[in-house]
Amino acid sequence: MQTHQFDVVIVGAGGAGMRAALESSARTRTAVISKLYPTRSHTGAAQGGMCAALGNVEDDNPEWHTFDTVKGGDYLVDQDAATIMANEAIDAVLDLERMGLPFNRTPEGRIDQRRFGGHTRNHGEAAVRRACYAADRTGHMILQTLYQQCVKNEVAFFNEFYVLDLILTHDLTGREVPEGEDVAVSGVVAYELSTGEIHVFRAKSVVLATGGAGKIYKTTSNAHTLTGDGMALAYRRGLPLEDMEFFQFHPTGLAGLGILLSEAARGEGGILRNADGERFMERYAPTIKDLAPRDIVARSMANEVREGRGAGPNKDYVLLDLTHLDPAHIDAKLPDITEFARTYLGIEPYTEPVPVYPTAHYAMGGVPTNVEGEVLRDTTHVVKGLYAAGEVACVSVHGSNRLGTNSLLDINVFGKRAGISAAEYAAGASWVDLPADPAAAVVEELEDMRNRPQGERVSDVRRELQQTMDTNAQVFRTAESLRQAFQDIQVLQERYSRVSVQDKGRMFNTDLIEAIELGFLLDIAETVVVGALNRRESRGGHFREDYPKRDDENFMEHTMAYRRQPGVPVDSPALSAPKGEEVPEPGPGRPVVLLGTKPVVTTVYQPMERKY
Amino acid sequence: MTAVAERSAAAEPKAGEIPSFEVTLKIRRYTPETHGDEAYWEEHTVTAHGTDRLLDALHKIKWESDGSLTFRRSCAHGVCGSDAMRINGRNRLACKALLKDLNPDKPITVEPIKGLPVIKDLVVDMEPFFASYREIMPFLITTGTEPSRERLQSPEQRARFDDTTKCILCAACTSSCPVFWTDGQYFGPAAIVNAHRFIFDSRDEGGAQRLEILNDKEGVWRCRTTFNCTEACPRGIEVTKAIQEVKRAMITRAF
Ligand SMILES: Cc1cc2nc3c(=O)[nH]c(=O)nc-3n(C[C@H](O)[C@H](O)[C@H](O)COP(=O)(O)OP(=O)(O)OC[C@H]3O[C@@H](n4cnc5c(N)ncnc54)[C@H](O)[C@@H]3O)c2cc1C
Ligand code: SF4
Ligand code: FES
Repeated sequence: MQTHQFDVVIVGAGGAGMRAALESSARTRTAVISKLYPTRSHTGAAQGGMCAALGNVEDDNPEWHTFDTVKGGDYLVDQDAATIMANEAIDAVLDLERMGLPFNRTPEGRIDQRRFGGHTRNHGEAAVRRACYAADRTGHMILQTLYQQCVKNEVAFFNEFYVLDLILTHDLTGREVPEGEDVAVSGVVAYELSTGEIHVFRAKSVVLATGGAGKIYKTTSNAHTLTGDGMALAYRRGLPLEDMEFFQFHPTGLAGLGILLSEAARGEGGILRNADGERFMERYAPTIKDLAPRDIVARSMANEVREGRGAGPNKDYVLLDLTHLDPAHIDAKLPDITEFARTYLGIEPYTEPVPVYPTAHYAMGGVPTNVEGEVLRDTTHVVKGLYAAGEVACVSVHGSNRLGTNSLLDINVFGKRAGISAAEYAAGASWVDLPADPAAAVVEELEDMRNRPQGERVSDVRRELQQTMDTNAQVFRTAESLRQAFQDIQVLQERYSRVSVQDKGRMFNTDLIEAIELGFLLDIAETVVVGALNRRESRGGHFREDYPKRDDENFMEHTMAYRRQPGVPVDSPALSAPKGEEVPEPGPGRPVVLLGTKPVVTTVYQPMERKY
Repeated sequence: MTAVAERSAAAEPKAGEIPSFEVTLKIRRYTPETHGDEAYWEEHTVTAHGTDRLLDALHKIKWESDGSLTFRRSCAHGVCGSDAMRINGRNRLACKALLKDLNPDKPITVEPIKGLPVIKDLVVDMEPFFASYREIMPFLITTGTEPSRERLQSPEQRARFDDTTKCILCAACTSSCPVFWTDGQYFGPAAIVNAHRFIFDSRDEGGAQRLEILNDKEGVWRCRTTFNCTEACPRGIEVTKAIQEVKRAMITRAF
């Protein structure tokens, strides 16, 4: 075992982690720990753009952007956070340009902008060109540019190191914290993939930037490595997860594969059609049609298929039509995604429409933070020294449905804020003692898993989890389907306790790592399902067929999911009586998911019906 | 009974259904912890479907029969650069190599990319590759005060280096280069591609420094224009052309 000491440790080297690292490493001794080489992070898969009201090509302003974000999120957005994000967006884009990001340009040489779903002029009048982009590889260019700057600034990376535990002064799953007592972070425990060695990183500040959790679903645009690690680490230590029931299904995944075709395809003029060739979005969103927010488009597509108007031999997808666009325009603006259609489906988008179906894309929920990136342990108290930013976090600028291009913005704005906050906190804080044997829990878990002679297979449990989530907790949900998912997860949790791996080695044991990641997925899926059961309404990405209306009276509040050991008395004011379906009992001896709420911050925009 | 039913179903796929087929993978394995210091070949046969890629077949083996088979992967659609490997003797990304395009009648050979130390099975040590990349100063270099708005750049100026911005640092090019195999000191095509990305960026002022670095004895002049790199690049970057442009810039100092 090795021990390291840094003022700030950043977990994750995607856009959020590296943006934080650039700030933090300029101020204090900083390490970035990442399970992937930084340039392999999934930020690199982002295609369409990053929005900011630059007004380079038409009139625009941050207030319109804030409004669109709040409305797009079906009013579950914290409006203070959304205002900050929209205001700081312009500098975030200009920062990246100064770092060298090769944005597409207008004829005058300014940063070009294009349309994206839900972004409008003057509170919904018409679509506005707000997304800054670099062809259809904007995320790739952001990731590369941030990494280039990290190389320039000699940021210390620990690559292919897996953080497997978060060290806090208190185990919050076991008891409540008396008023007046502080909870603080003191470091993380990591596993070095190439050697199997355990490393303890002692730190004054820790920033979680581990990205999303799309692999709880079978059909997803997310990488194999997006297993919700940071969310699970916090949750297992008793920290709440906010709004986990809100998962975004992106309308245009390649049918059967889930690989994403950016909304930019529709921003550039692409049209969705059903088997009859009908432009069906005209029925669901008469004003902005194909550019309605993702939740609406995804449900409309699923509905077309459900009502028998799907295309293809099994009538199980709809078509994205680009054939009316000039091939030269497609090549200039959408080269990568048209290449995906060719490579993976053998479809020529110049002449044939592309089969598409919704794909699990983005976790709106996550580790709750305030606008400085500090992690909350209930509705009001922060964990000293602990920060989170990016898809792992919930600040909450996306509410119940994220607008396209707002995540690349989020990771830059709040990554920067978290990096600054973490460094500033570390400058003034004293060291917190590590527990006697900080790595004990991780070592035990790994050894158990490695030594179990035989048992359940990781891939079986994972496949069944992903299947039940796709079947029961996807675009359409009911109490019944969600209860089914919950029961399935209980069974799978029990089977997980008997999982064994075939690779017993120390070096580069990805078999072992997949087993650990599966544990994270199960815990995260459970919070999604429990939150969804409780929320007896439909809002943004969460659609309950048995409660198809938004219910502001009962549910205009964030969900907070807490893990507690069985039998721990629940008297915290953070917890509230469940309002929705009775959550069934978990398996015997298993910790419970307790639900609380957190008020939504409303500043100027009163909830209205969301029409497009 | 069942076997018959399956066979007839396979023979007459439903309309629009993609038939499945068998493929054999011949994989170069290296597992010093269990099999000693010599690499060895191992064959696995799996059932594949029409849109399956080599990565799917590797996953099938790992998930259903041999969990110890080790390779890197993340995005699974050709954008993260994790899974460059030598497939039937050619460098490609496993997640972009469709099995049906690989002639499944013969065993498909799968080896780690060449010229970098193998750690385990298909996983190589990428550090020497990234070290070369870092040496060419892969970041925008400017002087003077920062502008308050964006720097202006015309679409034509931007087009000048568009191709080389696509690089995902997968090392398929560098590890297909005969010069790199014999001389591990050579910067290799990927580093030159990334130098090109900045040398031809109208906003950058570090071109002369980078050309100085690449003019070194292990630099751009070692390229023998074999085009392996261009063929290998999964992003379709015209690697050899980029190297030629860097060479020309070195002579003319015009970029
Ligand atoms: C296909 C696709 C297209 C998209 N297009 C757009 C778009 O056009 N516009 C937009 O705004 N948004 C888009 N998004 C969303 C956006 O890209 C992501 O939400 C965002 O990039 C997430 O960034 P991140 O830094 O939070 O996480 P990531 O980039 O996913 O990085 C996570 C990091 O955490 C590390 N990590 C994870 N677990 C551990 C662990 N246990 N230990 C150590 N390290 C760990 C990983 O190695 C990685 O470095 C898209 C998403 C997808 C999937
Ligand atoms: S130039 Fe092409 S082959 Fe070489 S590292 Fe970049 S993407 Fe890979
Ligand atoms: S897995 Fe990302 S490029 Fe193949």
